[in-house]
Amino acid sequence: MSDLEGFRAETRAWLEANCPPEARGPMGSEADMIWGGRDAVFATPGHKLWLERMGERGWTAPEWPREYGGGGLSREEAKVLASELRRIKAQPALNSFGVWMLGPALLAFGTEEQKKRFLPEIVRGEIRWCQGYSEPGAGSDLASIQTRAEDRGDHWIVNGQKIWTSYADKADWIFCLVRTDPEAPKHLGISFVLFDMRTPGVTTRPITLISGKSPFCETFFDDVRVEKENLVGTLNRGWDVAKYLLAHERTMIGAMGEVAGGRPVGQVALDAIGTDEAGRLDEPMLRARIAELEIDQAAFRLAMERVGDQVKAKQAHPAIASMLKYYGSELNKRRHELLMAAGGADALEWESERSRGGSAARDWLRTKANSIEGGTSEIQLNIIAKHLLQLPGA
Amino acid sequence: MPLILTEEQAMLQEAADGFLAERAPIAHLRQLRDARDPDGLSRDLWRAFGEMGFAGVIIPEEYGGAGLGAVEAGVIAESLGRTLTPSPFMGSAVLSARVLADGGSEAQQAWLPKIAAGEAILSLAVDEGPKHAPAKIATRAERAGNGFRLNGAKAFVLDGHVADALIVVARAEEGTTLFLVDPKAAGVEIERTVMVDAHNAARVVLTDVAVDADAVIGEVGNGEALLDGALALGRACAASSLTGAGDQAFKITLEYLRTRKQFGKLIGEFQALQHRAAHLFTELELARAATLGALQALDAGRQDAALAASVAKAKAGRVAELAVQEAVQMHGGVGMTDEFDVGLFMKRVRVLNELLGDAGFHSERLAQAQGF
Ligand SMILES: Cc1cc2nc3c(=O)[nH]c(=O)nc-3n(C[C@H](O)[C@H](O)[C@H](O)COP(=O)(O)OP(=O)(O)OC[C@H]3O[C@@H](n4cnc5c(N)ncnc54)[C@H](O)[C@@H]3O)c2cc1C
Repeated sequence: MSDLEGFRAETRAWLEANCPPEARGPMGSEADMIWGGRDAVFATPGHKLWLERMGERGWTAPEWPREYGGGGLSREEAKVLASELRRIKAQPALNSFGVWMLGPALLAFGTEEQKKRFLPEIVRGEIRWCQGYSEPGAGSDLASIQTRAEDRGDHWIVNGQKIWTSYADKADWIFCLVRTDPEAPKHLGISFVLFDMRTPGVTTRPITLISGKSPFCETFFDDVRVEKENLVGTLNRGWDVAKYLLAHERTMIGAMGEVAGGRPVGQVALDAIGTDEAGRLDEPMLRARIAELEIDQAAFRLAMERVGDQVKAKQAHPAIASMLKYYGSELNKRRHELLMAAGGADALEWESERSRGGSAARDWLRTKANSIEGGTSEIQLNIIAKHLLQLPGA
Repeated sequence: MPLILTEEQAMLQEAADGFLAERAPIAHLRQLRDARDPDGLSRDLWRAFGEMGFAGVIIPEEYGGAGLGAVEAGVIAESLGRTLTPSPFMGSAVLSARVLADGGSEAQQAWLPKIAAGEAILSLAVDEGPKHAPAKIATRAERAGNGFRLNGAKAFVLDGHVADALIVVARAEEGTTLFLVDPKAAGVEIERTVMVDAHNAARVVLTDVAVDADAVIGEVGNGEALLDGALALGRACAASSLTGAGDQAFKITLEYLRTRKQFGKLIGEFQALQHRAAHLFTELELARAATLGALQALDAGRQDAALAASVAKAKAGRVAELAVQEAVQMHGGVGMTDEFDVGLFMKRVRVLNELLGDAGFHSERLAQAQGF
C-alpha cells in the first residue's frame, strides 16, 4: 500500500468516526453553514462538534503549515481528504474569509508574530473576519478608495466608509484597505491593515439583498484607532497584498461552480418532472441543457484541480485565478437558472410550508452576485486579456 | 496524479511538435490536397512516425512499441491537431492497436509490430450511417461453414482506402463481434471519400464476405468490451486533437489581434474582441483539463474513464467549434480565403467533432449515466 493509500484509509476511518450525522448530506438551508467566530451560532450540536474536531486537526486549512495550526498536508494528501469528505457528503466544517482570503495573504506577507497570532484562531474558527475593500466610489476601480488613515506615531486614525462588506455585522475583525498617502499615485498610497470590529468608532448598517437576506453592510469608520503592528506587508504597498488576496478570493468564488453539497440538477428535475416511457427526464429541451451544464461542470472541476496543480508546480500565472472566478461564477448562475426551471412553480414559493423558507428562489437570486463580488466578470475578462493574453491597450 | 504533464510527457510533446513542424506542417496537407494525391497521406511520413516511436506509442514493447499510455497517445494526437497532418495515427496507432493489443490472437497480433514500425495501416470500421451509433450496428455476421459470412455497409472508415487490414464491427447471433478482414477479399468494395478537411476516409460495402473462424478478434459475441475500450481511447485522443486544433486557431487569431489595425488602432484594443478572446481562452483551458483528466483516467484504469472520455470529447468539441468560428470572424474577409489557414482549422474541427460521436452524443451518454 502506498503512503497515499495508507493516508486515505486512515482518513476514511477518522472521518467515519468523527463526522457527526447532522453534518452530512445536503445542507437544509443557509442556517446549516458553519462560520465560527466569537458569537458563533450552530444549527445543531453536531455542527459545533464537527468544527471543533476538524479545527483541532487543522483540516479546516489542510495545506497550511502545522506550526500555524494548519493540517500540514501535501497537495496530494489534501486531494485525498477532499475526496473522502465528498464521499461521505460532509458539509464544510468551516466557511471562513480567514481561511479563504486573509490566511493566504498572511502566510505570504505577514510577520512571524502576525502569523502566530492570527492563523491558529482562523483554523479553529474562533475569530470571524470580514473584508473592507469596496467603497461607494470604488468598486471595479478598487484602487481609488478614499478611506483615510492618518499617522499618529504608534497608531493610525481611520475615517471613511466601506460598502458591501459581507457579514460586517457578524464579524469579529476586519482586513481593510486604507489610504495612507493621499499624494501618491492611487496604487501606491494604499495600506492593508487589520482591526477589531469592536474598536470604538466602527458601525455597521445591514443592506437587504434581492434574496431578501442581509448578508452585507455599509460600514462606517469614525476616528477608529488602528495599531501600527497590525499593518500587513509594507506601508503604502497594500495594493500588492490586496491583489494577492483577491486571487485567493477569486479562486474560492470560482469554486462555487464546482458544486459541493447540493443535489445534481438532473435529480432535482427528475423529482419535479418525472420520466417519459424510456426513463428519460420528461422535458427533452431542459434535459439537453442540464446535460450540457453537467459536461461543463465536470470540465470545470478538472480545470480547478489542474490550476491547483500548476500553482503547486510553479507553472501558473497569478492571474489564472481570474479565469476560475469568471467561469465558475457564470457556471453557478447557469446551474441555478436550471434548478429554477426544473423546480417550475414549486421553486417560486417564497413563503410556504414546503418551500423551506423559499430557499430555491433565494439561492437562485444570491448566485447573481457571484459574477459581481470579488470583481465582476467583465473585470476578470479584462485581466485575462491584459495579463494572460497580453492584448494591446488592455 | 497531478493534472499536468510529467517531464517525460512534456519532452514527448516537444519532440512531436518539433517533428511535425519540420516534416508535416500545414503546407504538407495543402500539398497532398492540391496535388490530389491518390492516397491523401504520405506513407514515408507514416514510416518516419514509426521511427520516432509515435506509431507504436501504446503498443507493448514486446511487439516493437513504446509501451506508453493514453496520455502519451493524447500528446501526439494534440500535435497532429495543431498541424492538421493527415496520418493513420488515429485509425491504426490508436483504435486498431488498442483492439489488437487487448484482444487479438497471437496471429492477429503480428500486425502490431508492423503498425509500430509505420509499415501497416489498419482501420476500424464501426460507423454505418451519418451519425456515430455503435450501439446500433446493422452489419450482420452469419455462421457459414467453419467461419462467418459478413454483410453490411460501413461509412467514415478512417484511411479505409489504403488499409492493409480492416477491423469490422458486426452483429453475430451471440452479440457484437469484431472481425479482422482482408480488404482484398471477395465481396469487399471500398470507395475513398475525400472529406471536407482533405483527410481520408472510405465507405466499405461487405457483400457475402467469407471469413474463417480465426478472423474473430477475441470471442464471438464479446466484442463490446473490446470496442468500448478502443472507442474510449479514441475519443480521448480525438479530444486532444480538437484541443490542439482549437488552441492553434486561437494562437493565430491572437497574433492577428496584435497586428491588424483599423480606426487607427490595433483591433486587439477593442474590448468587445478582448472579452471574446478571454472567454475563449478560458474555455480552452477547460477543454485541456477535461482531456488530460480523461487520458489519465484511462491510464489509471479508472471505472469512470469511458465517461471521462465522453466529457472530454463533448467539451473539447464544443470549445474547438467556438475557437474556429471566432478565428474566422475575427479575421474578417481574410479568414474566408482558402489561402489563409484558419479555414482549414474550421474544416478539420468539423470532422473531428463528428468522429466517434459529437458533443450531443456524448452529452446524452452523460445524462444516461447520471440517470436523468
Ligand atoms: C453579495 C456581494 C458581496 C460582496 N462582499 C464584499 C465584501 O465582503 N467586501 C468588499 O469589499 N466588497 C464586497 N462586494 C463588492 C464587490 O466587490 C463590488 O460590488 C464589485 O467589485 C463591483 O463594484 P461596483 O458594485 O461598484 O460596480 P461597478 O464597478 O460600478 O460596475 C458596474 C458595471 O460596470 C462594469 N464595468 C466597470 N468597469 C469596467 C471596465 N473597465 N470594463 C468593462 N466593464 C466595466 C462592471 O463589470 C459592472 O457590470 C460584494 C458584492 C456583492 C454583490
